[in-house]
Amino acid sequence: MYYIDPHIHMVSRTTDDYETLAKMGCVALSEPAFWAGYDRGSVDGFRDYFRQLTDFESRRASNYGIQHFTWLCINAKEAENVELSREVIAMIPEFLDCSGVLGIGEIGLNKNTRNEAIVFLEHIDLAMKTDEQILIHTPHLEDKYQGTRMILDMLGSDSRISRQRVLVDHVEEHTIRPVLEAGYWAGMTLYPVSKCTPARAADMVEIYGPERLLVNSAGDWGPSKPTAVPDFILEMRRRGHDEQLIRRIVYENPLAFFGQSRNFVFQRPI
Amino acid sequence: MPEKLTAEATLEREYLPVRGKILEIAAALDRITRCEGSNMHDPRLKQFHSALEILLGAEPDRAERIQLLFSRPYEENWPVTLQMPSL
Ligand SMILES: [Zn+2]
Repeated sequence: MYYIDPHIHMVSRTTDDYETLAKMGCVALSEPAFWAGYDRGSVDGFRDYFRQLTDFESRRASNYGIQHFTWLCINAKEAENVELSREVIAMIPEFLDCSGVLGIGEIGLNKNTRNEAIVFLEHIDLAMKTDEQILIHTPHLEDKYQGTRMILDMLGSDSRISRQRVLVDHVEEHTIRPVLEAGYWAGMTLYPVSKCTPARAADMVEIYGPERLLVNSAGDWGPSKPTAVPDFILEMRRRGHDEQLIRRIVYENPLAFFGQSRNFVFQRPI
Repeated sequence: MPEKLTAEATLEREYLPVRGKILEIAAALDRITRCEGSNMHDPRLKQFHSALEILLGAEPDRAERIQLLFSRPYEENWPVTLQMPSL
């Protein structure tokens, strides 16, 4: 089955991973900008990173028949530095017309601090002024519930936002309902220890249905599994779910969401 | 739920994995107790006890309630608490 991984950090992965993903049926992926594992020192550090995301990475992916899309921002961890964040937000429009750029992301909260919230709101403002879609990171573990609710409060207070153009990622059992009920897209991240397993993701599909629901690996430089979406496909099959439902979640849904971005040009595999 | 998947079939599939996970919890709690300086009043151990009580309930939202048990609370008036510019 062809599938799309809507959230994976390929700059942290090897070319062998591209080959494996391609063999497993991955035909496209989207890579949100995120934390490098250390704080970048300057706006030029981000400019170079955005060049990598919009140029080199898409060429590396295309060697394996995978279409690469990306999202730009300064992530929540580095948002504590509000001054640098503002410089990055001012620089992002240089890249918004590059092919494959789907919008602003992954913005969000990490420890749910004041500075993180301020920088989140300023990213939202940029997205509204430039008519971009938004991809949102929700915090981990004990901070997730509080942070997700804060994010929903901030989104809800901005009347300019079209909710079907916002993806709230890393939802789990305690955060998926408010996200879907408010009309946003929800992403389930299959990640060892700190997020969700293929079985629990399949449970949430059974409880909430496939509408506005996505599954991703969020593969990055930490312990993560870039082939987690095929694990989800296998789990769904083992439970007897039909191929149409599975395909909707791992292929049609990402296309429907990405399709709202003006830079989304997709060659359907023959 | 797909029609083919009955409670019996699901239990059959989950029996050994669940047994194994319960055993892991038991062994981990034993390990903590066995170690020097083990403090039975540590709030994290109390959290474990509350979690195990949730599992004993019959409602079908145990996973969601376990998640909430291990979550920091959300307060509606956070923009005031954090002195946010304007929301
Ligand atoms: Zn990510």
